[in-house]
Amino acid sequence: MLELHHLRKTFHPGTPNEVRALRGVSLTIDEGSFVVVIGTNGSGKSTLLNSVAGTFLVDEGRIQLAGKDVTRWPEHRRAKHIGRVFQNPFTGSAPNLTIAENLALAARRGQSRGLGWALRRAELAQLRDQVREMGLGMEDRLSNVIGSLSGGQRQSLTLLMAGLQRPDLLLLDEHTAALDPKSADQVIRLTESLIRKHRLTTMMVTHSMQQAASLGDRLIMMVRGEMRYDFRGEAKRRLTPDAILAKFEEVRRIDQLDESAASLLRRRYV
Amino acid sequence: MTLLIGAVTMGLILSLLAMGVLVSFRILSFRDLTVDGSIALGGAVTAMLITSGVPPLVATLAAFASGAVAGSVTGVLATKLRINGLLAGILVMTALYSVNLRVMGKSNIPLMSHATVFTGVQRLAKSDDRWSLLVWQAPTQDAWVMLFVFAAIVAAAALLWTYFQTRHGLSMRATGDNPDMIRALGVDVGWMIVAGLALSNGLVALAGALLVQYQGFADVQMGIGMVVWGFASVIIGESLVRGKHVGLLIIGAIMGSVLFRLLVAIALRWGLNPNDLKLVTAIFVLAALVLPDLLTKFRPRAGKHTAEVPAHA
Ligand SMILES: Nc1ncnc2c1ncn2[C@@H]1O[C@H](COP(=O)(O)OP(=O)(O)OP(=O)(O)O)[C@@H](O)[C@H]1O
Ligand SMILES: [Mg+2]
Repeated sequence: MLELHHLRKTFHPGTPNEVRALRGVSLTIDEGSFVVVIGTNGSGKSTLLNSVAGTFLVDEGRIQLAGKDVTRWPEHRRAKHIGRVFQNPFTGSAPNLTIAENLALAARRGQSRGLGWALRRAELAQLRDQVREMGLGMEDRLSNVIGSLSGGQRQSLTLLMAGLQRPDLLLLDEHTAALDPKSADQVIRLTESLIRKHRLTTMMVTHSMQQAASLGDRLIMMVRGEMRYDFRGEAKRRLTPDAILAKFEEVRRIDQLDESAASLLRRRYV
Repeated sequence: MTLLIGAVTMGLILSLLAMGVLVSFRILSFRDLTVDGSIALGGAVTAMLITSGVPPLVATLAAFASGAVAGSVTGVLATKLRINGLLAGILVMTALYSVNLRVMGKSNIPLMSHATVFTGVQRLAKSDDRWSLLVWQAPTQDAWVMLFVFAAIVAAAALLWTYFQTRHGLSMRATGDNPDMIRALGVDVGWMIVAGLALSNGLVALAGALLVQYQGFADVQMGIGMVVWGFASVIIGESLVRGKHVGLLIIGAIMGSVLFRLLVAIALRWGLNPNDLKLVTAIFVLAALVLPDLLTKFRPRAGKHTAEVPAHA
């Protein structure tokens, strides 16, 4: 479903602020697979998801999505295949439009938008049913503006919006990080049921060891712009939160070793 | 009474300007300064076409098209060439000054002896007919023109509202509200801004077209300060309707424009020097922008948020 070949991305190249955010990442994700992505701050998780979504073009490498080479496609063109939920609940919906209007926009993700009526009665009824199914009691508030909702409610709606048009790939970037624990639980339950219902291929970034251990059928760990670990199948199933924490500890020790080796070399040769 | 009818008619005509500014400043969150140039462009195109024998209605529609082109240029500069939005508007506005002079061939074109879109309406009454309401009297012709303009504005407003209910119009509103979101839903935000600025400046040029036919002449200077007038109308309108629905915003812009012209007429009647009008308007807009913030600062957590959505270009 998704093939990444040797992706590289450097921000601010040739300046003192140069950041090599992706240093040759290759990854193939099968149809229907649910991949959890973890890693320390600044390790390139968001950069990885953003390069797939097309927020920016990669410097090197090739991205193959749903059988098409989308490497040079702009973001709005890739949107046809990709549903997204962002870390910030404000990013995924338009605050001054009503719930119904936001849903109607999402229902036509990646399709042409002509001069047809945006909110037909039949379509509206269908959307209302979908919102009712979520069980958050928002079906009677469809004509309220989204800005009047809580972060958790907005995030739940964004999830629903991402699934209205079945996406070939669902990208979730720490989509529960800004929520209180109760809302986060709720959004995670919704996420699971959405993915199961539509059998979605998913990449989910998280900092929660609990989520990383319990969700998904594959776990990859990013370290400094590289993919350091890749657990799948039985190996993924056996992972516990503690085991994942231990991996982080291991990475930290190796990196410290790298660090001290580097400074040793520097002292000797520079 | 004649004064009142004049001010209302003027306010109605300029409500097209207010609707245009509403589309760019409020719907798209794009501070577009092309307006000063495109209202004069609409006037110039109309005057030039009418004096060369083109039917007034066709000339008026051509004005809309010319404004749309001007708006698209600003849009392309801002989104494709990535020039700061304010600067893009200023560049096009400045360039339009020369364009307008070229179109007109001179700095002022009188239309007195030519038929306009209002001529047919004026023929409904004889020029010395009086129309009276209680103790007031006014030329019947002026009243007919006002009614005609009112009908035209209602039609334009209805069309604009209808557009914003379509998929394309809804996507445009989302573009101004949250470009990241709508891009992730597959809309090319750049072209959407171009389309929005075309619509906005088309409306503005339409205001220019009606204005020159109403006042009987086109002048290359007629656009100066118009963006601020339009913005003033939008702000007044927002305080009148207090709602975020597009329909309310459009009605607000029209009401704001009429009220603004009435205030201006009253102020002039009371002895305001016409030369000071733009200064007073600018101070008024400044106050309207700053006061709500100041008030919420003095009463923390009391008022609702009036913070502006930052322009994204
Ligand atoms: N648009 C950008 N411009 C400049 N630098 C960027 C940009 N996006 C990311 N970076 C840099 O690239 C590196 C990787 O960032 P990225 O956001 O991918 O990390 P992350 O793994 O998602 O971290 P976090 O857990 O904090 O979200 C960081 O050093 C970051 O500062
Ligand atoms: Mg991140």
